Amino acid sequence: MEIITYVMSNLSLLAQLTLEHIALVVVAVGLACLMGVPIGIAITQNERIARVVLYTASIIITIPSIALFGIMIPVLSVIGHGIGYVPAVIAVLLYSQLPIIRNTYTAINNVSPGLREAARGIGMTSMQRLRLVEIPLSVPIIMAGVRTAVVMNIGVMAIAAYIGAGGLGVLISRGISQSDPRQLIVGAIAVSLLAIVADTLLLALQKRLTPKGLQS
Amino acid sequence: MINIENLTKIFDTKQGVVTAADHITMQVPEGEICVLLGPSGCGKTTTLKMVNRIVTPTSGRVLINGEDTTQQDTVTLRRNIGYVIQQIGLFPNMTIAENISIVPKLIGWNKKRYTKRASELLEMVGMDPGTFLKRYPNELSGGQQQRIGVIRALAADPPVMLMDEPFGAIDPINREVIQDEFLKLQRLLKKTIMFVSHDIDEAVKMASRIAIFREGKLVQYDTPDDLLSHPKNDFVKGFVGSDRALKRLQLVTVEEVLETETAVVKMNDSLSQALVKMDDAGYERAIILVDDARRPVGYISRSVAQANQGDCSKHYANLRSVVRLEDNLRTVASKMFTHDATWLPCVNSEGILEGCVTQRGITRHLGATYKAVQ
Repeated sequence: MEIITYVMSNLSLLAQLTLEHIALVVVAVGLACLMGVPIGIAITQNERIARVVLYTASIIITIPSIALFGIMIPVLSVIGHGIGYVPAVIAVLLYSQLPIIRNTYTAINNVSPGLREAARGIGMTSMQRLRLVEIPLSVPIIMAGVRTAVVMNIGVMAIAAYIGAGGLGVLISRGISQSDPRQLIVGAIAVSLLAIVADTLLLALQKRLTPKGLQS
Repeated sequence: MINIENLTKIFDTKQGVVTAADHITMQVPEGEICVLLGPSGCGKTTTLKMVNRIVTPTSGRVLINGEDTTQQDTVTLRRNIGYVIQQIGLFPNMTIAENISIVPKLIGWNKKRYTKRASELLEMVGMDPGTFLKRYPNELSGGQQQRIGVIRALAADPPVMLMDEPFGAIDPINREVIQDEFLKLQRLLKKTIMFVSHDIDEAVKMASRIAIFREGKLVQYDTPDDLLSHPKNDFVKGFVGSDRALKRLQLVTVEEVLETETAVVKMNDSLSQALVKMDDAGYERAIILVDDARRPVGYISRSVAQANQGDCSKHYANLRSVVRLEDNLRTVASKMFTHDATWLPCVNSEGILEGCVTQRGITRHLGATYKAVQ
């Protein structure tokens, strides 16, 4: 009951924080896609480099987010952005690399040898093969990687409130510091709901982007 | 025409150096189907794939219609060669129309032209464009997919086609049908085709020439009939099978062994006339009965003619089977065995009697090539 009253009386704050949160994740994962998808495609050309890249991305993802923020403070202070928006986006960008690169790499590599040979034998250049065959066939798996990244980073972004990046994490951190369970619970539920809604929307998008011939 | 000169491929594998193709030299004349045949790992596929440079030759060269392909850029080269593979390789993200039109699109045909071409090709393999153009590959059966695979390769009308076990993944019944369809198409299109197979029956059926490979070497390159009647060594003998004389049966049509001077009786001839005709023609057992249009109706056997009196029309027995001019001897032999017959009447497309096929005629024809060499 208390919680509902809290929500009703703080609707505009809640909306503002949610939008902030979404904006952070969208910008960061968006940038991560622009970076991760080309990397994932590029490393299919060389198995050794692929192993190094995927290994590095796996290590990055094991760093606890709070530690990552800590590491970035002195580094980014040099350009005057030790805390706030910039380190939050960078952290999410880094965390998103593994699911996006790995899924892209796996998807492109999994295009059947028969199709690859047919494409080659027909006289497609390697760019045409990517554009007309390999990428369209990989879209569902790449999108699945993007979904993982988004859902995971909605959680990570909640912690970014501690370095002043804003978002729904603000409610949680305030709830803890002020021993106010209302804010804590509302913050936590809002973050979870956001993750669920985002996943559902992205799943719908994934289905729309999947070539018709692959849907059964 | 495809000219292969000293084509060699050496693979560097972890187990050491493997010579997959060893100085292969052969020619595929314009408009013929050359089947590369051999056990797996014999180099037939490697040789085929060096023609469109999916596999880069270690040495040697390939000339297509006199032009050295080593000098050509691989993309252009491949767009001028139709390529059909066992896995078919239809792009699942594209419709049938898009799959067929892919090469014409790549070489810059306009939309109207390649759309028309796609419909034309579908009709050629007996598939309705209205139904199939908009479909996706996963909505088609295996046989239909392979037909699309073949017509995709034909789309830009390339003079040369490479086919790597194209019908290998299809069930035996459909395979026969598709092979027949393809041969019919080929009689129209007259492409120069290299075709990899491991099935001697398929090779005998499809090939104008067969090239037998073993351990990277070309062992024998001959017409199917020469290959079956004169295998060069024990390996070829073993590969073509101990029933190779029987396999030759399907290379010969009824027309080639037909005995056209067949004596016949008509409906209103008497049985005694029938006996006389049998004696004159030297038939021991029976004579064919035909109607006024010379269509075979039945036969009069000698025993019946001897034991009875009257017209042939009252005493004939029904024919057990007839064959057609274009049937091959394998079909004929099979019918002879089924009906315990030593001869069968042969009719043309209008059902009119053309003559007879006899067991003796068949053995004589097949034996002729052996005698010629001895």
